[in-house]
Amino acid sequence: MTQMNMIQALNSAMDVMMARDPGVVLMGEDVGYFGGVFRATEGLQRKYGEHRVLDSPIAEGGIVATAIGMSINGLRPVAEIQFADYIYPAYDQIVSELARIRYRSGGDFCAPVTIRTPCGGGIRGGQTHSQSPEALFAHVSGLKVVMPSNPYDAKGLLIASIEEDDPVIFLEPKRLYNGPFDGDPNKPAVGWNSHARGDVPEGHYRVELGVADIVRPGSKLTIITYGTMVHVCLAAAEKAGVDAEVIDLRSIVPLDVETIVNSVKKTGRCIVAHEATRFAGFGAEVLSTIQEECFWHLEAPVLRVAGWDTPYPHAFEWEYFPGQARVIAAIKATMEAS
Amino acid sequence: MMRSRLHVPRPPARPGEKPDFSYVAVSPAGTAARPDPNAPLNETEFLSREMVRVLDDNHRAVGPWNPHLAAADLELGLRHMMLTRAFDDRMHRAQRGGKITFYMKSTGEEAVSVAANMALKPSDMMFPAYRNQGLHISRGLKIVDLMCQLLSNTRDMCKGRQLPVMYHSVESNLFSISGNLATQFPQAVGWAMASAIKGEDRICATWLGDGSTAEADFHYALLFAQIYKAPVILNVVNNQWAISTFQTFAGGEGRSFASRGPGYGMPGIRVDGNDFLAVYAVTQWAAERARTGAGPTLIELVTYRAAPHSTSDDPSRYRPKDEEKSWPLGDPVARLQAHLRSLGAWSDEQEKALAQECEEHVNQAWKEANTYGTLTDGPQLDPAIMFQDVFKEETPSLARQRMQLAQELKERAQK
Repeated sequence: MTQMNMIQALNSAMDVMMARDPGVVLMGEDVGYFGGVFRATEGLQRKYGEHRVLDSPIAEGGIVATAIGMSINGLRPVAEIQFADYIYPAYDQIVSELARIRYRSGGDFCAPVTIRTPCGGGIRGGQTHSQSPEALFAHVSGLKVVMPSNPYDAKGLLIASIEEDDPVIFLEPKRLYNGPFDGDPNKPAVGWNSHARGDVPEGHYRVELGVADIVRPGSKLTIITYGTMVHVCLAAAEKAGVDAEVIDLRSIVPLDVETIVNSVKKTGRCIVAHEATRFAGFGAEVLSTIQEECFWHLEAPVLRVAGWDTPYPHAFEWEYFPGQARVIAAIKATMEAS
Repeated sequence: MMRSRLHVPRPPARPGEKPDFSYVAVSPAGTAARPDPNAPLNETEFLSREMVRVLDDNHRAVGPWNPHLAAADLELGLRHMMLTRAFDDRMHRAQRGGKITFYMKSTGEEAVSVAANMALKPSDMMFPAYRNQGLHISRGLKIVDLMCQLLSNTRDMCKGRQLPVMYHSVESNLFSISGNLATQFPQAVGWAMASAIKGEDRICATWLGDGSTAEADFHYALLFAQIYKAPVILNVVNNQWAISTFQTFAGGEGRSFASRGPGYGMPGIRVDGNDFLAVYAVTQWAAERARTGAGPTLIELVTYRAAPHSTSDDPSRYRPKDEEKSWPLGDPVARLQAHLRSLGAWSDEQEKALAQECEEHVNQAWKEANTYGTLTDGPQLDPAIMFQDVFKEETPSLARQRMQLAQELKERAQK
């Protein structure tokens, strides 16, 4: 075990996979010589050569399209889109092509491409460097969608994603790169070295997609979340003094329905929390599933905690961000409902 | 007073007007020089303005681009073009008769696919567009297999999931056709980049129409291909029309599509797309560039879409009837036939026999294909197949939906 922050864990995942499989190639803007604007690919071009860690032109549609073509020719590309906010020029290639190549060819072709992209707010990124677009991909048949909340999971999930024969959208909450963030911007930042999940094995291991993690067991309330909000919800549950069970989904496609349903049936109360905008967000899908599967076990309406239905404003970042206060308010409302 | 004025391009002739192809600059056959495939860009730039042509008005092969193909190869090319045309005609009628939902003919554009395939190796990869059936036929896919795809029947390679004509073949190195335009262009570049990364000598070719060059994917493809010197041949089939949209709306007014090539730093060649020998020759030239590490080539194949865009289209509403009869570059099948005759290698009897053979081949295949079912009759695909291949392995939620459908169908059958 080694202490790693999330960037180091992601770097280690790619390093491990490149060493094991000569078909793994990296591509993206600034990822080669420079090592990426967030340093996730640092040192990998020096180690594996400029044919396997490619600097790409600023053309996200071209990056994803050429990654698809490489995957058809037997490679396993890992493409970095510098910010999730920049992914839309590639949306057609992802939705109409990448997601459906296996399906439309009757299973004869497949496109094992992993797209890594930093998402979420909390770094003063304004409306073009803060988005959480996971719902836009979860809605598309044929894509797996992953969002880790800590270094250990980040490495294991990225290795599992690269080894997948199906395409994966791998969203990295950038506010978590350097340390767990509980939603309070005024507290001094803490690193991953003080966190159990900052202990990361150096070699190969997998964290399977579609398996949620119960990060805090509890009996009175279930909080279902992923990404940055895992840490916010943990802190909020602690402050609210409620015996809450907090579930980190880790991947939203495939979705671990069983873990969700078992927990809600046990607690009878539930909150779904994410940083993305509320309307038609992924929370609505989780909530529908709970309503269908757990209705007779519910003792209170299931509530959503999310970003507001506005773009992410630069000046009002902490008024937009669904911090502890918003989670605690939802906990109270859920616990007080009879 | 000088002021700005919005320019809205229009085609030279609309329905009821006399066809006018004076805008098509046609070089005499044999006049364009043939530079070395690895020559510097400035020595190949003229190829984007002139037109490479080999067959002259007397149907003889002339000039430096003459590939000197053996008569047997020419006959094979003719056979594949005539089979493609017979297949197209029969399938168009099948759609009109309500047997298939949709079809797209390639009439008048057969050389674009068949000659290009002949100039490449079977191990080379292809990312076709939707009007490249000549590739599938000349690569030896069985006509009956293509028909089963059109029928979405029990032997459909796409398992009933794709609109007719969106074929593929792993064994024949033909990638799955999308149905969305231009997406295959940058994918082909990625395939070729992988070939270079792996140090293999397989190259890649891809096709799209003049209209599709307006998509960003076309520009991504040229950019990435040239940056990484990918071993890829980028073909623009300029058949003048994108449904009712004339090629000027894709930027073809006053500047050839081939000229986009030099703009990105690669050669662009404008070629007579209805001249089998010329298409073969430029493809061979581009393949040599790709195989020797010189990188990509953009080829503009100047041709004419003699057929409607698809069975859902009626070109008489936007262009003069029989416009194709005035097309200055003629018909690729008739021109190759005339060339073979000029060599003394072809007779009326042979032509008649081959036409009949193609027709019988197609009719026989159609009969067989129908025994594997149609959308309405005969053996049917199991609807549960729709849940396969979304992912490599079925997810629990897809399994639940599959069982839900089974229940729905059971109840429907009981009613």
